Amino acid sequence: MLTPEEWAIVGLSLKVGGTAIVVTLPIAFALAWLLARVRFPGKVLLDAVVHLPLVVPPVVTGWALLLAFAPAGPLGAPLLRLFGASVLFRWTGAAIAAAVMALPLMVRAMRLSIEAVDRRLESAARTLGAGPGRVFWTITLPLSLPGVLAGAVLGFARSIGEFGATITFVSNVPGQTQTLPLAIYSALQQPGGDAMVWRLSGIAILLSLVALILSESLARRVRRGLHVL
Amino acid sequence: MSFDIAIERRLGDTDIALALTAGAGLTVLFGPSGAGKTSVLNMVAGLLRPDRGRIAVGGRLLFDAAAGIDVPTQARRAGYVFQEPRLFPHRRVRANLMYGAPATATLDDVVAMLGIGQLLDRWPRTLSGGEARRVAIGRALLSDPAFLLLDEPLSSLDRPRREEIMVAIERVRDDVGLPILMVTHDPEEASRLATRIVRIDDPSPACP
Repeated sequence: MLTPEEWAIVGLSLKVGGTAIVVTLPIAFALAWLLARVRFPGKVLLDAVVHLPLVVPPVVTGWALLLAFAPAGPLGAPLLRLFGASVLFRWTGAAIAAAVMALPLMVRAMRLSIEAVDRRLESAARTLGAGPGRVFWTITLPLSLPGVLAGAVLGFARSIGEFGATITFVSNVPGQTQTLPLAIYSALQQPGGDAMVWRLSGIAILLSLVALILSESLARRVRRGLHVL
Repeated sequence: MSFDIAIERRLGDTDIALALTAGAGLTVLFGPSGAGKTSVLNMVAGLLRPDRGRIAVGGRLLFDAAAGIDVPTQARRAGYVFQEPRLFPHRRVRANLMYGAPATATLDDVVAMLGIGQLLDRWPRTLSGGEARRVAIGRALLSDPAFLLLDEPLSSLDRPRREEIMVAIERVRDDVGLPILMVTHDPEEASRLATRIVRIDDPSPACP
């Protein structure tokens, strides 16, 4: 099957994608909740900015990240001062690129599932004595959870497939930033790399398929008004 | 006075205005659909804010526009049975019943009175309309309410179910002794259950 080197590439991809989603999940949920439930000035602008990575060429997103996280950049400089480390050419940088690219997909799915929660159930909970916090934890969150998980799975699949922003931002460093798509790209450049391209592409398709099926079955539960717990 | 209400609220094109003082027992708000009866219940429960006026229940001031008092819904202790049962779909009947109950509460009395003992481990989506309605009434009663709001509690039920629920409401009225404000458009229900009937007529169209 796969060589140890190829397994390492798959493992790195899962690590990058997994980290990206775990870190992004609460941010995406907060943004989704804000967009679904709160009226505030600049909402249209925030909505647009969140969705920007979906439509801007990924290479532009990668370049913007590079500017931000460069040693003298607005985010890179404080990181260097606080931790003495940079995310450039590191797997953490690849995770950041994956997170930014996955964010719009996650926010979209989560926003839909929050909007699908019946507000009348929240009113009922309030008449039963529940304050805003309890209503959120016992009604809103559990009822939107299938959609939230569907969004996370979709974002994970998107993270695994991230190419343009990653290679622009943190380059193609084996063992650090060389995730599945970047390894496939490298193998394509090498004479005799065909077999590796076939194997890695197969794995990439398999992972995406599993994620899509999982995400769709969770989304189906939202539409039928079911729940995961 | 159980209910001491004087409120006004403009909703879309209509003005809802009601002045009502009522003693103990069950007060029926009677009137055609679209007259704003449900809106009145929502204002008493704190789910809808009146433009002007004052709401006191059992001597406790819940809302006073002039004094800037607006007790939040969760602190009003309204046992509200909505027109549709609004059971929480992700919780079994038992957990629905206990949602608003104080830690010391026991299900037994309410469960026996409403005849819902065999439903406790079921999911809400498996209940019939009459069963769901009884669970909703039980959930409201168990939340240690200071008063009850019933919105068309008998609508869309067949005759035997209506009879069951009516008996349950009579028991709550006579045995539990909570002040009850009930909305209906059915004269038969109104005359059978009411201690007194307050008519709400077609709302006056708002002046343009």
